[in-house]
Amino acid sequence: MSALTLYDKLWNAHVVHEEADGTALIYIDRHLVHEVTSPQAYEGLRLAGRKQWRVESVVATADHNTPTKDWDKGIADPISRTQVETLDANMKAFGAKAYFPFLDKRQGIVHVIGPEQGATLPGMTVVCGDSHTSTHGAFAALAVGIGTSEVEHVLATQCLVQKKAKAMLVKVDGALPAGCTAKDIVLAVIGKIGTAGGTGYAIEFGGSAMRALSMEGRMTVCNMAIEAGARAGMVAVDEVTVNYVKGRPFAPQGAVWEQAVGYWRTLVSDAGAKFDRVVELDAAQIKPQVTWGTSPEMVLPVDGRVPDPDKEKDATKRDAIERALTYMGLQPNTAIKDIRIDKVFIGSCTNSRIEDLRAAASVAKGRRVAANVKLALVVPGSGLVKRQAEQEGLDKVFTAAGFEWREPGCSMCLAMNDDKLEPGERCASTSNRNFEGRQGTGGRTHLVSPAMAAAAAIAGHFVDVRELR
Amino acid sequence: MEKFVQLHGLVAPLDRANVDTDAIIPKQFLKSIKRSGFGPNLFDAWRYKNHGEPGMDNSTRPLNPDFVLNQPRYKGAQILVARENFGCGSSREHAPWALMDFGFRAVIAPSYADIFFNNCFKNGLLPIVLAAREVDQLFAEVAVTPGYALRIDLPAQTVTTPGRASFKFAIDEFRKHCMVNGLDEIGLTLRHADKIRAYEAQRQVREPWVFT
Repeated sequence: MSALTLYDKLWNAHVVHEEADGTALIYIDRHLVHEVTSPQAYEGLRLAGRKQWRVESVVATADHNTPTKDWDKGIADPISRTQVETLDANMKAFGAKAYFPFLDKRQGIVHVIGPEQGATLPGMTVVCGDSHTSTHGAFAALAVGIGTSEVEHVLATQCLVQKKAKAMLVKVDGALPAGCTAKDIVLAVIGKIGTAGGTGYAIEFGGSAMRALSMEGRMTVCNMAIEAGARAGMVAVDEVTVNYVKGRPFAPQGAVWEQAVGYWRTLVSDAGAKFDRVVELDAAQIKPQVTWGTSPEMVLPVDGRVPDPDKEKDATKRDAIERALTYMGLQPNTAIKDIRIDKVFIGSCTNSRIEDLRAAASVAKGRRVAANVKLALVVPGSGLVKRQAEQEGLDKVFTAAGFEWREPGCSMCLAMNDDKLEPGERCASTSNRNFEGRQGTGGRTHLVSPAMAAAAAIAGHFVDVRELR
Repeated sequence: MEKFVQLHGLVAPLDRANVDTDAIIPKQFLKSIKRSGFGPNLFDAWRYKNHGEPGMDNSTRPLNPDFVLNQPRYKGAQILVARENFGCGSSREHAPWALMDFGFRAVIAPSYADIFFNNCFKNGLLPIVLAAREVDQLFAEVAVTPGYALRIDLPAQTVTTPGRASFKFAIDEFRKHCMVNGLDEIGLTLRHADKIRAYEAQRQVREPWVFT
């Protein structure tokens, strides 16, 4: 038999039916549900009089609309509240394997709680009505973000209609310099291949630098595969994967655990497996990354300078640079380190796990947020991450330094709740998108790692975390 | 789903690359639990001069006269011509819903983000891929031709300009079949219910932990 990629293996294991043109029905093992992209799907089932195919596949939570403070007061915005209550009602009517509603101790960002609960397992197909579902690929799962019609389709049929993507290997070898993180790896990858570089591909992230990452780091990288245009990102199974999953609430146990691990260990690309495209990066050359524009591909090392549109020959690209500079309120050739910030956001499905909070806290410890920074928010990814951080005293480190310590949720990554930027405000953010208006109408987002966000909070402007005094 | 067979429609150009779904329909409008009513907030931050929130009377909001869709000559446009990587970012299906609700039935661009592209087909919004130079030609022609309209023929897979230039586009047979006939994809999949059950039975033996 010919050598297979990890993606081939995951795909082959889930094909239920294939049409002549290659369109396939792919079986879905885990369906993660949240309040924003599911109401119309459940309504669709109701209107068509259809039943849910496999209730036990669904794990749900409310995360996008939930506030990050004053939980005792509930959800103030009536429209947000209606959306969260609609999910409550749909969970009651249709059921789920698990539902972690607003206020539950295990509630949190859907892409944090899936892995945390062991609801995401190697070898699974995972879908969610959210583009950052690619996160779960860190477990050697085939995980893709879907639209609401597809949410309804999966609820009704347990299958997704898909065509097989091409396979890309992003190979990151070498030792990542101190002060650089998984976030810097993935931003560097996006800077290299562009936001459409992965369109039509499933990306496997490999190489010694990827193998050296924790599961948290691998999740950060896979999370932003979609920012490179790829619906799915994935990492092969190794000891790190198996150790992370072991003992999680929904992970298999006993004899079944042994059987599962035996299978999971096959979830690696075979030697000699063919990829349609291979991209290589030297981890040793990666520096802390900072985005300067309105697309994640507009990214530079922290010692870089904002581009000059006059030096760009391609008209469409020049327009994009000019438009981005205008929106971001930046002059050409400005040094990244000279960009002063107004707010800091540490959180999101990209960077809100315990390791992220530890990295930020280690920078914040014994220091103070700069006077020009109006708000520095730390939003843990889940109630359990929050509890863990508090047990380690990280909350005290943050609050002593002048950061606000909040309740879990998506928060200012997309600003559907009250946490948002005001027009013209500039933010160092550990989230995943620097699009116009993403963190609030007129807000200006610079994407960075948690350590770099904390360093910017302390300095009041971007700074190489390794040079922070 | 609404059928799509032929369309002769007015064209509006949106000349920027990497238009993301946050721009197509900003997050504050995602709080709706309906599929309809997103049209007035399509491209909200670009279209209006003030900040929009759900429940506002959009008819009284100040329009940004520089935004292309606010120009009278594009009123009633059904075809949007756009640049590469259109629809990148969030998976929100509210993006095609908003485009449809506004009146668009087709988008023409050199490339799309995968999730958006896929979502369009579920809603009867046809995303057509043409070569970059063909899209360049459409941008050039629409700029100098008031009332510029294109004829789209899905069964023939062609886009025809007023000057009778005809561009062929590719589309998966299955998607074309569903669009032309306005088929309910769930209904189609459920014809394979026995296959799905058989698949589950053998997976349960092989990987029982997935089903607990």
